[in-house]
Amino acid sequence: MPDISDQRLIDNPRRGKISKFRVVWLIFIPLASIAFQVNIPLFFKHLGYLELPLLVTVYFSLMQRNPMGGTLIGAVIGLLQDALANQPLGIFGMVKTLVGYFAASISIKIDVDNTTIRAGLSFFFFFFHQFFTWILVRALLGQAIDFDITQTLLFGLLNALVAVPLFLILDKLRERG
Amino acid sequence: MSRYRNLAVLVIVIAAQLVLVAYQVRTKEDVSLLRSVTVTAVSPLAKALDNARGSSMGFLDRYILLVRVEQENERLKTELDKMKLENQFLRTELTTADRVRALAMFQQQTRAKTVAARIIGTGTGANSKAVFVDRGGKDGVQRGMAVITPDGIVGKVTFVYPSASQVLLITDPFFAAGVISQKTRVPGTLKGLGRSQVLVDHVQNEIKVEEGEWFFTSGDDRVFAKGLPAGQVRTVRQGKEFKEIFLDPTGLQRGLEEVLIVLEGIHQMIPEGIGPAIGPVTMVEPPAELAEARTADQKALESGIPALSTDADRLREKIKRIGEIQGVRFGNAGARLPNFNMDPNQVTRPQAPVLAAPKPAAPPPAVETAKPGPPAN
Repeated sequence: MPDISDQRLIDNPRRGKISKFRVVWLIFIPLASIAFQVNIPLFFKHLGYLELPLLVTVYFSLMQRNPMGGTLIGAVIGLLQDALANQPLGIFGMVKTLVGYFAASISIKIDVDNTTIRAGLSFFFFFFHQFFTWILVRALLGQAIDFDITQTLLFGLLNALVAVPLFLILDKLRERG
Repeated sequence: MSRYRNLAVLVIVIAAQLVLVAYQVRTKEDVSLLRSVTVTAVSPLAKALDNARGSSMGFLDRYILLVRVEQENERLKTELDKMKLENQFLRTELTTADRVRALAMFQQQTRAKTVAARIIGTGTGANSKAVFVDRGGKDGVQRGMAVITPDGIVGKVTFVYPSASQVLLITDPFFAAGVISQKTRVPGTLKGLGRSQVLVDHVQNEIKVEEGEWFFTSGDDRVFAKGLPAGQVRTVRQGKEFKEIFLDPTGLQRGLEEVLIVLEGIHQMIPEGIGPAIGPVTMVEPPAELAEARTADQKALESGIPALSTDADRLREKIKRIGEIQGVRFGNAGARLPNFNMDPNQVTRPQAPVLAAPKPAAPPPAVETAKPGPPAN
């Protein structure tokens, strides 16, 4: 039964449309987002709240509409981000793997081209990402870092606001046809 | 089936990363290949972003100029704006040039072998304070090397890649270094807190450390050579077991754009006295009362009377004189109390030597050569 209902959703021309990107964009965009994250806060400290690698993970996973693809995209971007962090490899990898999987799973059910839904999902996944990072860092690395809910919610809102135009720009990179 | 396959892939990927984390935490070994590949891939993009930032500022400047050149009435205003922008730009350039020159001068003066590096990015860790610099293994940088500025220590190299390195800043919670206080030579451990100040730990509560005091590297950690400024004490308070000493790290106070990586460190002496950034001390004259008291003590010393060196001595002398004037002998039971409110200086001191100075004991008759004591006043 679930397979039949899923098939029906995929058959929906609006919900089931899988977007494809050129390989060069799939490589360049995540790297650029990570470069942005490590470079820009040096000069514009107030932009340090931006979690562009996460937004890119969410976008590509939503557009993939394939949980396996989302899982792998999240894992790769997360591990790349881990490589630039002063912590063992795998923390961001695991969190972004989950983000990619859930984002791709949700994209099967809902219209991910809707701006409001995109903003809402970005907000939700930002909070999810920060919360799970906090849990993993505490549980696996034993580091007592703070988790400020109010600040996280505020930053989630700001990331959601940034996600809307960013996703529209990334939409331009989709292959037609 | 597709759903289970997706779930299976998710579980496998998560489990693999969990094992990876466990392996790194347990063995303390790092997967340097992935880090190296990522840094090599990202650092050109970071440098390009840095260059693009500079170019875009220039482009913006020219664009504003072109738009406003058509408006004749606002031409002067536009030129003024341009001049202001240029002025700001030149100021920034001048500051950068000054900083670079200071760094170069320091590099020439210091006997340690160093290499100048530029910050090109920050770390991505949740609570980490790490930066990337544009010098790597090709430039002779090795893991564990100290990173400094002329103002003080900045951090240490934690990862080295061919063309870049990661530097753990002294404000990172995982940073630690051996330090020693300037005045009392108290050793301690400098630790990052994840915020702008750092903590000096392992200093006993009984040991005196003052606010404003300087801490220097002790050289014990084998990373930082002895005698490099670490910071100035901002706050000191008693802790449960050890003192809680918070420092303002001086190496980070002027921002962080250029640093020196110490390739070969040389221990130095910790400077005596005042800290490195404090000028000469101006002292005001003492209060008049204190000066008079000191003059009186000096005169008394010259005249042979024992000097009244403390306030207690002077009070005892005053009470003694009040007793002499009012004919009261202290220590006798039932004697009346004198009026302690009177000012003995208003009354002429009696000429007879009543109690002013102890009389010298009479020399024993057998000792003919004994010198006479000082004359009684």
